[in-house]
Amino acid sequence: MNKKEFDMKKLTSMRLFLPIMCLLAMLIVAAITIPGFFKISVTNGVLYGYPIDVINRASELVILAVGMTLVTAASGGQDISVGAIMAVAAAVCCQILSGGEVSVTSLAAPLVLAMLAGIIVAGVCGLFNGVLVSYLNIQPMVATLILFTAGRGIAQLVTKGQITYIRVDSYMVAGGYIGKCPVPTPIFIAAAVVVVAYVILKKTAFGLYVESVGINGNASRLVGLNSRRIKLLTYIICGALAGVAGIVASSRIYSADANNIGLNLEMDAILAVALGGNILSGGKFSLMGSVIGAVTIQTLSTALYAMGVSGDQLPVYKAIAIIIIVVLQSPVFKKYMAGLKTKKAASGAAVEGGNQ
Amino acid sequence: MVKQEKSSAPKKKLSLNGNSFLLLITVGLFLAMYAAGMVIFADKGFAKPQMFFNLFITNAGLLVISMGLTIVMISGGIDISVGSVTALVCMVVAYSMENMGMSAYVAVVLALGIGLLYGLVQGFLVAYLEIQPFIVTLAGLFFGRGMTAVISKEMISIKNETFLAWANYKIYLPIGSYSKRGKFLPAYIYPTVVIAIVILILIIIIMKFTKFGRSVYAVGGNTQSAMMMGLNVRKIRLKAYILDGLLAGCGGFLFCLNSCAGFVEQAKGLEMDAISSAVIGGTLLSGGVGTPFGTLFGVLIKGTITSLITTQGTLSSWWVRIVLSVLLCFFIVLQSVLGNLKKKK
Amino acid sequence: MEENIVLTMRYISKTFPGVKALQHVDFTLRKGEIHALMGENGAGKSTLIKVLTGVHDFEAGEIKMSGSDASIINRSPQDAQNNGISTVYQEVNLCPNLTVAENLFIGREPKKAGFIDWKTMNKKSAELLQSLDIDAKATDKLEECSLAKQQMIAIARAVDMQCKVLILDEPTSSLDDDEVEKLFVLMRRLRGEGVGIIFVTHFLEQVYAVCDRITVLRNGELVGEYEVKELPRVMLVAKMMGKDFDDLADIKSAHGELKEFVPVIEAEGIGRKGSIKPFDFVVNKGEVVGLTGLLGSGRSELVRAIYGADKPDSGKLKVKGQEVKINTPLDAMKLGMAYLPEDRKKDGIIADLSVRENIIIALQAKKGMFKLMSRREMEEAADKYIELLQIKTASRETPVKSLSGGNQQKVIIGRWLLTNPEYLILDEPTRGIDIGTKTEIQKLVLNLADDGMAVTFISSEVEEMLRTCSRMGVLRDGKKVGEIAGEELTQEGIMKAIAGGEGDE
Repeated sequence: MNKKEFDMKKLTSMRLFLPIMCLLAMLIVAAITIPGFFKISVTNGVLYGYPIDVINRASELVILAVGMTLVTAASGGQDISVGAIMAVAAAVCCQILSGGEVSVTSLAAPLVLAMLAGIIVAGVCGLFNGVLVSYLNIQPMVATLILFTAGRGIAQLVTKGQITYIRVDSYMVAGGYIGKCPVPTPIFIAAAVVVVAYVILKKTAFGLYVESVGINGNASRLVGLNSRRIKLLTYIICGALAGVAGIVASSRIYSADANNIGLNLEMDAILAVALGGNILSGGKFSLMGSVIGAVTIQTLSTALYAMGVSGDQLPVYKAIAIIIIVVLQSPVFKKYMAGLKTKKAASGAAVEGGNQ
Repeated sequence: MVKQEKSSAPKKKLSLNGNSFLLLITVGLFLAMYAAGMVIFADKGFAKPQMFFNLFITNAGLLVISMGLTIVMISGGIDISVGSVTALVCMVVAYSMENMGMSAYVAVVLALGIGLLYGLVQGFLVAYLEIQPFIVTLAGLFFGRGMTAVISKEMISIKNETFLAWANYKIYLPIGSYSKRGKFLPAYIYPTVVIAIVILILIIIIMKFTKFGRSVYAVGGNTQSAMMMGLNVRKIRLKAYILDGLLAGCGGFLFCLNSCAGFVEQAKGLEMDAISSAVIGGTLLSGGVGTPFGTLFGVLIKGTITSLITTQGTLSSWWVRIVLSVLLCFFIVLQSVLGNLKKKK
Repeated sequence: MEENIVLTMRYISKTFPGVKALQHVDFTLRKGEIHALMGENGAGKSTLIKVLTGVHDFEAGEIKMSGSDASIINRSPQDAQNNGISTVYQEVNLCPNLTVAENLFIGREPKKAGFIDWKTMNKKSAELLQSLDIDAKATDKLEECSLAKQQMIAIARAVDMQCKVLILDEPTSSLDDDEVEKLFVLMRRLRGEGVGIIFVTHFLEQVYAVCDRITVLRNGELVGEYEVKELPRVMLVAKMMGKDFDDLADIKSAHGELKEFVPVIEAEGIGRKGSIKPFDFVVNKGEVVGLTGLLGSGRSELVRAIYGADKPDSGKLKVKGQEVKINTPLDAMKLGMAYLPEDRKKDGIIADLSVRENIIIALQAKKGMFKLMSRREMEEAADKYIELLQIKTASRETPVKSLSGGNQQKVIIGRWLLTNPEYLILDEPTRGIDIGTKTEIQKLVLNLADDGMAVTFISSEVEEMLRTCSRMGVLRDGKKVGEIAGEELTQEGIMKAIAGGEGDE
């Protein structure tokens, strides 16, 4: 019994091996190039330092990556509308809070209600994507292209094209600090999302269902799973989580900026999933891998910022990272490498009789 | 051409449920929209011929880029990097002329070279390493946008005389409108329009009358069959991406002639405009179906929506996006429903 | 070499990992003959075709075409085509989005000044279609043509490419009678023109309607080559199914007779358009009912309709006397059904999941998402069935895809036994499995029945069916044509029933 459990541990550690190595490599590079990378200090009762910054800034990405992982696993495709959905959620939330004004200093509606509304609207966006994917059999990336294009337009429609400011302290909590707590709130929110997701996966059969549907939809149906509904559910979750991320992002800047909230984050989220060792064509997944992937990306970004690379130039490095990952994952490449290996082995051994 | 009409005329009724049905909707939609615009905004000059040519002037680059996407999509792939390629091309063109003193001719070569390189690399990764096209071109999107910023974070305005001469050379047409005093104002176009139209015709010919063009349809229609019938599927895919890259480079240059500047945020979201133009024009996302001619109407519809909304004046610019995606959604769902029906048969 | 021989294959051998797909198979095709290639699943027909057309390579043997003494090796379908061997598959390998003319000429379009000459292409196509009497227009899109026409267009393409050998791989599976007849007319015509045709099919009637000669394969070995005239149907079925009484113990004797009949499943007039005609079917408690018929006769479709895998569009189903409505497999599972599908890879295993997960997935699905089985429950269940079924696996956490076929099948059986079903459907549970495991599975089935489970057993092997079943339904062409029990339940009886035609008329 004990030995078997040990095997289990070995297996999970294997799956997370590469993502962790990636993160470590990134941290080492950062530590070497940026002096005092690991230094954390307390200023004005608040924690400061690169590590805190990385985790804080990675929060939205972590939240998105959780949803993206599920969508990827179940449908073998990615949701590219999450960035736009973030903007929609932020817009809805801020518009309710401001009661239609451009800039307010007091709330026009209960905070929780507004946030909930934002998240629900985001969930509905996810539902829309999910219906297209699971019931109309449209490729995920194509289906989500619709909201990717429309999302920011809808967000601007909600805010009437203005940037709605909510200059109220209570609204800034989600993107700032809770009272005198020295740790930024987004970290708590991201952690809460990860923990809730983890518990759900641990305590229900949802994770198993998602993997099963993603690996073999036919077989899953025959063992009694409703493949379509499970796919749909992952899209709704992904949408709702994008809503949470949107509200966090909006709270950071206490406004709803339809054009910039969550900009390009969908791409980062997909990258996080891939970096986490998850196969983009679906199947088995590792939530923790994606979380580590998200943190890795943020480390890369923060490190590059610190080295004087501007935000605009960042994508170049990300592009190179993506290509390396997908080439390594490519079955053709793997086969080619395996072929090289066997060739080497074969050339070493005596040449066997011809098979012609 | 005559022969074609003959053969398609009696067929029309039969295939009304097919893809020509989609194209019919698209053309009809464009005509209806444009006619509605002419009636509603007659006082704002929408009925003038120049208004129609402006559609081509503003969308010359998009038209050429959409051609490339149409080809790639027919082959069963996709390319979301074209917007970034456009930005990169504009930046390189501007930078090479303004900061490095190169001639405008060299800039043309550079623009096409970037496109070619993009096509080669992306095509290789998609066709020979069999990586999902979306991911490959996503990396291309990142790379292009990032490189643009690496070259210059500031906007570079183009002042090169040759280039500006190209950009501002008006070609007058024998048709036009009369001013209030009865003076004849001829309608005009820019060289970009001529180039775009020439490319459109070239692509129509390539897709209809060359072995390569038909092979692209075959590969997109049924890869397995294409292979069994002796086509070199990988090579055809690679070629499709190379052509797409070249067209993106060329379209980027046309775009630049329009904007006369290079900056990081340029042509953001252009890839989605191009994809939706192709889809609205009847290109199936699953591959195998689509025509350059249809895509032309996709581009025109996009252009018409934009100019209707700007002419109207009170509606804000985001309405363009929303209307466009509603159309996109309509066409995607329609395609899917038609496809599912066909499968059931 | 004989004058009118176009193709000879000698001593062809091919192994897949763990399976000898072909062992020293010979095949000879003469000019102007239609030669049927017959055999049940796993007999090696498609492997032989694939070797011939260059889809697979082979380890030993040689292929010769007429006119040359040198042996040829086809490395791709393209090579084969260049050597004059064309293939038309059941799934038509043409492009639906192109016109008929293009499909005929793609890759070799007539050109004028470097551009495709559509006019000539359409004209040539029209001539070709006319010459073969195919009622299709050159300018029509292929997808607008019926499947039968598509088949014929594919044949036309092959013919126009000067093929000497035309392989028709199950071309008639999805055609109706009229269409089949038209296809036959075309085939006879080509025979008249001297083309050698290899015809792979499961329909016996068709073999006798159109073929001159039959080659039968079984288990990757050549059974023999026969003139159609000299081989009666029953003989052919016997040759295909094999009469070799292997040394498996006659385990049936241990199985007692049913004392009382308590129906578990009663189907009345259940049918599904296009796959299975309305049928009646009863399975009693403690009874193993076989379903027999050749592949494509509707065996699988029948059980899939009961299980709700393909929703039936007519008829009534009673489970334990209660009329029920089954919309999804989950409904069926909740009524105590379990279904081991025919295609293990496509519909059975969930490849990347572990043995443990594959075993518990059905029970978990039945319990619902929120009642996750505890880790211990799962492990106990997995261990129980790994031991009970003697599944050979490195550990219970090994991905099921790395197990051998037989062990994968056992995992799926374990998955269903865990749900404690009252009615178990086994569709080809022993296909591609070694003899030892086969016997184990057969014994298991009988034991389960003795314990009161109702079982439906489908197999291509008559021997196996005789050993396990107490009653058998016979299917032919999507229709249940009868039942055999008691005295008639012999090899002879079954084969007669399957063969039909001269047997029962």
